[in-house]
Amino acid sequence: MRPFIIRHPSVGVFLALLALFTIFVTVMSEAYGLGFVSTSFVKTLGKTLCLGLVAISMDLVWGYCGILSLGHFAFFGLGGYMIGMWLMYARTKLIVVASLANAELPATEQEVVDAIGNQIFGVVGSSDFPLIWIFADSFVLQMALVVLVPGLLALIFGWLAFRSRVTGVYLSILTQAMTLALSVYLFQNDSGLRGNNGLSGLQNLPGADAIAQSHISIWFFWASAAMLGLCYMAAAWIVSGKFGSVIRAIRDDETRVRFLGYSVEGYKLFIFVVTAIIAGIAGALYYPQAGIINPAEIAPIASIYLAVWVAIGGRGRLYGAVIGAAFVSIVSTYFTGGQAPDINLGFYTIQWVDWWLVALGLAFVLVTLFAPKGIGGLIDLFEGRRSPDRHGADLGPDAGSLREAEAEK
Amino acid sequence: MSMLLEVSGVSVTFDGFRAINNLSFQIGDAEMRAIIGPNGAGKTTFMDIVTGKTQPDEGHVLWGPKSVSLLKMSESQIAREGVGRKFQRPTVFEDQSVFDNLLMALKNPRGAFGVLFYRLGDKDRERVRLLAEEIGLQDELSRKSGELSHGQKQWLEIGMLLAQDPKLLLIDEPAAGMSPAEREHTTEILRRAAKTRAVVVVEHDMEFVRRLDCRVTVLHEGAVLAEGSLDHVTSNQDVIDVYLGR
Repeated sequence: MRPFIIRHPSVGVFLALLALFTIFVTVMSEAYGLGFVSTSFVKTLGKTLCLGLVAISMDLVWGYCGILSLGHFAFFGLGGYMIGMWLMYARTKLIVVASLANAELPATEQEVVDAIGNQIFGVVGSSDFPLIWIFADSFVLQMALVVLVPGLLALIFGWLAFRSRVTGVYLSILTQAMTLALSVYLFQNDSGLRGNNGLSGLQNLPGADAIAQSHISIWFFWASAAMLGLCYMAAAWIVSGKFGSVIRAIRDDETRVRFLGYSVEGYKLFIFVVTAIIAGIAGALYYPQAGIINPAEIAPIASIYLAVWVAIGGRGRLYGAVIGAAFVSIVSTYFTGGQAPDINLGFYTIQWVDWWLVALGLAFVLVTLFAPKGIGGLIDLFEGRRSPDRHGADLGPDAGSLREAEAEK
Repeated sequence: MSMLLEVSGVSVTFDGFRAINNLSFQIGDAEMRAIIGPNGAGKTTFMDIVTGKTQPDEGHVLWGPKSVSLLKMSESQIAREGVGRKFQRPTVFEDQSVFDNLLMALKNPRGAFGVLFYRLGDKDRERVRLLAEEIGLQDELSRKSGELSHGQKQWLEIGMLLAQDPKLLLIDEPAAGMSPAEREHTTEILRRAAKTRAVVVVEHDMEFVRRLDCRVTVLHEGAVLAEGSLDHVTSNQDVIDVYLGR
């Protein structure tokens, strides 16, 4: 059999473009190159790659398996929180140990932990470590939680929801409720994750104070690009074979798939958990570049944005999701950042900061109605690949393979 | 003769309407059976019960030589036990090729991990090719099944059923919307299938049933009205009154 890359040329093209982009940004960066691209913009690009990654997970679960999850940004945020706990703990520990080194008596272990707790939780009027911070001291264990926490939450939630055969819009509402509950819980000061303050200072790697942010930012950019490439390949492999065939069949007619003998619930649960883990990893790479995570990041609106990106980029094709996430998030930043010029209509001035959401919503509706393939569909146009445009019901044998709407012409 | 499927004393009520009323039905290992009956006689509900889509209020559905109950199983478990079902409207996965449709139906491990690491080998490729030949779609393998004509979709679905290699085939109106030549071919496929497995065909069209040349069960108001050869049941006065006489 021919190699995977040759059978799926889009994977090769995507990886090549990603590699070129990475090299280009590196050459243009302040740390390793000509300095045309500022450090903060490198961070923006790195974050955009992470958004592309979470969009891939959304495309797998929605575009391929038909589960419109409005909770994948919650998994993304949880991944960010998990890495944030280690970053904050480890860095605070270094600071505390340094400041206690001057004391006359060497500090005991307990004193160090108490001092760290004071530093981290002073802002919410507490100093004790909640149970969920139990692994924060260990890099390895906390990294494992990046994968385990979103994965387990998805496993439990998905098992309950899919087993009861909740589908369609009801499932979307349920996932949104989960997201909202999680974000409301994290907003509380006694949630153990610093309430609405969130975790901050995540851009500073522990023990790396001597290294400039310009270098750290490009490292994270590389890591994000590598993870995007890796997960893209993995996702392309998952959807290319028989497994992809089955999940697309579940999307189109899950009852029929059941009568073929496939356990639809098992497949949905599998894809839900895998994509939650990918989202968690994406979040763990995103938030050290953003520097701060707070519960507002998990609010349901973020997950709705995610669905909008994937819809505009093109559902059911992986590169479409990445294009959608990158394009819409960068354009969003431009319009909401106050850089876009206002439009003066004479009687009213359109200020993009206020009107951008309306424009985005309109774009979403228009794309869904008139260009369901999204931006990715342009590539079909370019390739000259056209799928049959069929309307109406089967006519039966006499009119051959025509359908009602076609036969009338 | 050992029975493959034994349905006994089954009743179902939907919102006070008795769709199936103390129905009993049996079929052996390699037998062809036609079920006829007027609209609302409970033909589709009967299939729903056997395939696990509907839970009966009372009664037993026993399966195979070990007489295991099908009532506690999910639809997918029942399908894996060897019950295949074809719906009235052809339901194939229109977005995927004929080959992929058949490959999905082909009898192979159905678990998520087994399917994820599944590699298409020459053996399965050959099996799909033979099936396609049987249903007359060997030249359409790479086409999207949404592009097929109505009759071809019906065959593709029958082919997917055969690919599952079921012990019992439940087929709802296979000849609906087919041309005479296509009916001929469908009859041929079904009769060949019935040599090695049980086939239950629900059909309105008497001409088609006559061509199948098998035992006939007449359903009426959710219960069996008569059973026997087509000539036997069509001469039965009750059957003439409720069904044929109209």
